[in-house]
Amino acid sequence: MQMFEAIMLSVIAASTPLLLAAAGELVTERSGVLNLGLEGMMIMGAACAFAGTDLSGSVVVGALCGVFAGVAMSAIFAIFTLGLAVNQVASGLALTILGTGLSGLIGAGFVGQRITPAPQLHLPGLTDLPLVGHILFGQDAFVYLSVALVIGIWLFLYRSRTGLVLRAVGDNHTSAHALGYPVLKIRALAVLFGGGCAGLAGAFLPLAYTPFFIPGMTAGRGWIALALVVFASWRPGRLVAGAYLFGAVSILQLHAQALGLGIPSQLMSSLPYLATVIVLVLISRTRGISGSAAPASLGVVFVPDR
Amino acid sequence: MPLVLERRSERSATIAIASPLIAIALTLATMAVLFAILGKNPVEALDVYFLEPLTDPYSLGEIAVKATPLVMIAIGLSLCYIANIWNIGAEGQFLVGAVAGSWLAVRTNGTDAGPWVLPAMLLLGALGGALYALIPAICKVRFGASEILTSLMLVYVANFGLDYLVRGPWRDPHGMNFPTTAEFDPVATVPTLIEGGRLHAGAIVTLLVVMAATVLLGRTIMGFEIRLVGAAPKAARFSGFNADKLTLFTFAVSGALAGLAGIIEVAGPVGHLQPDISPGYGFTAIIVAFLGRLNPVGILIAGLFLALTFIGGENAEIAIKVPLDLTKVFQGILLFYVLACDSMIIYRIRFIRTPRKPAHANV
Amino acid sequence: MKKWNIIAMAAVLAIAMATFGASYAAEKLKIGFIYTGPIGDLGWSYQHDVGRKAMEKALAGKVETTYLENVPEGPDAERSIEQLARTGHKLIFTTSFGFMDPTLKVANKYPNVFFEHATGFKRAKNVATYAARFYEGRYIQGQIAAKISKTGVIGYIVSFPIPEVISNINATMLGAQSVNPNMKVKIIWVNSWFDPGKEADAAKALIDQGVDVLTQHTDSPAAMQIAEQRGIHAFGQSSNMIKFGPQAQLTADTDYWGDYYTKRAQAVLDGKWASGDTWGGLDSGMVVMAPYTNMPDDVKKMAMDTQAAITSGALKPFKCPITDQDGKTVECKGGDQLDPGQILSMNFYVKGVDDKIPGK
Repeated sequence: MQMFEAIMLSVIAASTPLLLAAAGELVTERSGVLNLGLEGMMIMGAACAFAGTDLSGSVVVGALCGVFAGVAMSAIFAIFTLGLAVNQVASGLALTILGTGLSGLIGAGFVGQRITPAPQLHLPGLTDLPLVGHILFGQDAFVYLSVALVIGIWLFLYRSRTGLVLRAVGDNHTSAHALGYPVLKIRALAVLFGGGCAGLAGAFLPLAYTPFFIPGMTAGRGWIALALVVFASWRPGRLVAGAYLFGAVSILQLHAQALGLGIPSQLMSSLPYLATVIVLVLISRTRGISGSAAPASLGVVFVPDR
Repeated sequence: MPLVLERRSERSATIAIASPLIAIALTLATMAVLFAILGKNPVEALDVYFLEPLTDPYSLGEIAVKATPLVMIAIGLSLCYIANIWNIGAEGQFLVGAVAGSWLAVRTNGTDAGPWVLPAMLLLGALGGALYALIPAICKVRFGASEILTSLMLVYVANFGLDYLVRGPWRDPHGMNFPTTAEFDPVATVPTLIEGGRLHAGAIVTLLVVMAATVLLGRTIMGFEIRLVGAAPKAARFSGFNADKLTLFTFAVSGALAGLAGIIEVAGPVGHLQPDISPGYGFTAIIVAFLGRLNPVGILIAGLFLALTFIGGENAEIAIKVPLDLTKVFQGILLFYVLACDSMIIYRIRFIRTPRKPAHANV
Repeated sequence: MKKWNIIAMAAVLAIAMATFGASYAAEKLKIGFIYTGPIGDLGWSYQHDVGRKAMEKALAGKVETTYLENVPEGPDAERSIEQLARTGHKLIFTTSFGFMDPTLKVANKYPNVFFEHATGFKRAKNVATYAARFYEGRYIQGQIAAKISKTGVIGYIVSFPIPEVISNINATMLGAQSVNPNMKVKIIWVNSWFDPGKEADAAKALIDQGVDVLTQHTDSPAAMQIAEQRGIHAFGQSSNMIKFGPQAQLTADTDYWGDYYTKRAQAVLDGKWASGDTWGGLDSGMVVMAPYTNMPDDVKKMAMDTQAAITSGALKPFKCPITDQDGKTVECKGGDQLDPGQILSMNFYVKGVDDKIPGK
């Protein structure tokens, strides 16, 4: 396998969980809700997905368990932030802590178990094409799902009426409410969708990436996904670019080390995060000082007056 | 929907007082259920968690030691959060403050420096934290970049920076090449208050910070501005208050407090600089800030309470073999309940009877 | 009547003595363990826990153990250690270097409690230290790698540049060079003892760069799994990882603490515990090589011969003269091999390693 192909495969694998989680969060934020609990939802997805696969023997069952766990966690968030008008930042952090703790309790009994990881596609003839064969036709289901998801989200947001309504809710919930749209219901559905994606992203880690469960195996990916949404100016296309860029930086720094380039490893490890800050600054600059491309009602509490 | 959230005409005074108690009661009830699911005796477990640590001086001292950095950082964060400015990078500011102050300790290590060292270290720590916090603040003010994400990303950078320093340039030459600085000289160490315990002078500094914050928020123009910007941003703008200056100020102050907490922790309980100096104080302090409802005295109580849960959780691990993850679950649940109960001060829940459609409407 | 009274009294006395004797015998020795990671890491902390269970079994009925996992190496560690001391634990094992100062501080306050600190170098009257000579296993691994590898490059996934890690890299290279003097190594620092995702990524990067034998000084089986997936060979670390690499694992450098823990606990029971330093290797069974698998018979024989030679002392992995990567000969303070102090504070790479130690 050529070096380019091999590196690309590693990058794709590293980027997929980021893309899955960030895509769901993008929809949530487009509806005006800021859910900082991505890390908690992802790790719950990982724990439940592994438990599900270990107990049932099926990766599909496990993945569904992961999605369900993400939805359940986000439901808690929705009840508090949308139902009880609680501050979203604090709720998101509470969700992260809760999810981290719960996943440790649930997953503890499954540490050390082995499962058969998700299979990779193999189309005779196509998969073995030089250079792009494995990249395009040799991935596991999660990768294809992540790409389909982003395309689906783009179509939904920009080519469907419901998507238009969702964006309207995110930009100006007062006007949307005045026009008769069920703001809270739309936001709740967006939050649940984001939760499901986060759960799926978490499921990818123990079912495909490193096929075993270790407490805390998300290792901060939820926070990076949050940054990616802002990085992408809340646009699905840019999200793909951002996720793969981030994945690439984290993989290439390992290659640089192996090549003996002699740059301090801590500097290399901090590159992805520094890159995010720099890009955030550059992007926000082009929007002007007074604001960013964020949905105008992002994070603002909404209580419909009757 | 049959249930609807409705704004009250005025804040409910009864709920304002009862809210933390209701939240705690709800949390204890949920925890009792969780203990039962895990197969432990709920009463015994709750006792080990909350009551036992209060019964002996050693645990009480440890609660204070754990609460000291939490409260100090949380006070700083509360100033930001009241004004809806979201500093999530306190952990990074904590680390940078520790590094900045430790620089002096490492420089003067082994020399016969005078008692000026420790105060200078504390000052450097606060300064370091403040400068580091100004980075996301400037990014927001100048470029409009989200301070939530910039401050968070900088936490990772600070972590790696600390790691690099203790493994490289600042490593103790007599430490068998292990990643730690030399042990700080006595002039560079925060003094303990009680023989044999770990309670140290940092606790006194924290109490002073609580008092200062109460005065700042309640009796100064700046405090008024912070509260106004949070409650009614448009009115604040019309009054001529400069939102940008406020962002810079609150970030700098919270960064300074976080940095101060960092250097005190390193020059106190730890005694030298090493890669692992914080079990996530910067993030736990965010919870403390909200639990304390962004009020200085409330934060003091919340910090002590949360420290109690940490100590209780560790005791429970030994006494009844309950996993430490349960403490995180507890803290998450507590925060949710507190937030919900607080919401009930401003809103109330009402049942709505959906009016039945008259039969002839479908004709 | 009197006779019945005497019999009754005798019966009561007998029962009382039996109960008293039983409760006295039931006075178990409480032993505490502090782990820096989760016992589920299938690596370092896991092996310590395996040792703890072995000790419990060997001394069944006489000891009662408690363990605390995921204790971070910062200021919280002191409290965890002290809590064990305060709750009646008379022998406490702190299983990571970062617990060194907290252990000493607590030991100072509790002179009647015995402490054992792993991989440290500071002792006291009631603080002993212990560690395992992993480098002996690494030497064997290096030899095997040199024989098996077709590309002549070993991939090394490591955590932090502390002396133990450096000495292990050097031992591997010295072993490899004894078979193939031109052996090379590619090193990746993941800056964590335990990060399966990063370890897996590092493994992939190394393999993509032409490595065909992997070894690690990190705690998870992620790299072994990647090796299995990609069809190359790898060495397990701390615990036997054959489960994760049935076709990939050549052997593993496992730590076995059970005998040591049993010995030390027995010493406390006998009242004979004394401080000191124990640095056991293949000879004392603290380092155990997992069965040699997935290799040709002649390589297996070579490995077993080397193992026997190191165990008997005939072969010394750090035998002088040793040349560092700058070409200078390293001072030889232990007669014909480096002395323990030099190995424990090793801060140079041997000749043949091209990278620079980070932070130097």
